[in-house]
Amino acid sequence: MPKKLALIASKGTLDWAYPPFILASTAAALDYEVQIFFTFYGLTLLKKDLSDLKVSPLGNPAMPMPVPMPNFVQMLPGMESMATMMMKQKIASKGIASIEDLRTACLESGVKMIACQMTVDLFDFKTTDFIDGIEFGGAATFFEFAGESDVNLFI
Amino acid sequence: MEFDKELDARNLNCPLPILRCKKGLSEIAATQTLKIMATDPGSVKDFQAFCKQTGHELLQLDEADGLFTFYIKKRAD
Repeated sequence: MPKKLALIASKGTLDWAYPPFILASTAAALDYEVQIFFTFYGLTLLKKDLSDLKVSPLGNPAMPMPVPMPNFVQMLPGMESMATMMMKQKIASKGIASIEDLRTACLESGVKMIACQMTVDLFDFKTTDFIDGIEFGGAATFFEFAGESDVNLFI
Repeated sequence: MEFDKELDARNLNCPLPILRCKKGLSEIAATQTLKIMATDPGSVKDFQAFCKQTGHELLQLDEADGLFTFYIKKRAD
């Protein structure tokens, strides 16, 4: 009987996209059965095109910056794109996987991904925006698996 | 040390060495040995933890100039 991991992915920024996919792919490598429930902003991680994932320095005093940068500078137009570009360069230079690669690794290793149907309706998303091989469901669907899981994390 | 398959996970960061290792193990027969090289310092603890949890056996770990070489024997079916 394999161990089970249930994750809720609720955030849709480039930095917060990492924890659910890293944990899910690793757990699958450890022979866990894994499900991720994507809700609210996390739903963006299931879109076919992940190239618009961004990281925001705004309101994040822990983010390392090349030079000290007050909040009012971080809110200027273009700052978010610049921070995202720099983060992507760092990611590539450190041999860290892209989100696309980690998501593919998850899918290939049998991680089940569930899109929150309510969020799809709320944000008027089209099911054709999402990758193939996912399911749509609600809170009860999550608990069907989470209730018998060994590890449950909200991210 | 003898091995049946060799994998290069150098310059890759967490969790890629483990994912590569898992894939590599799926491509060899039970009780065969996989050699995998990594440069991620975190991989030492991670490979030990991986083997402990999956039942594969970490036969040997070599370290030289920041290069870690693992020899992992695939568990019997």
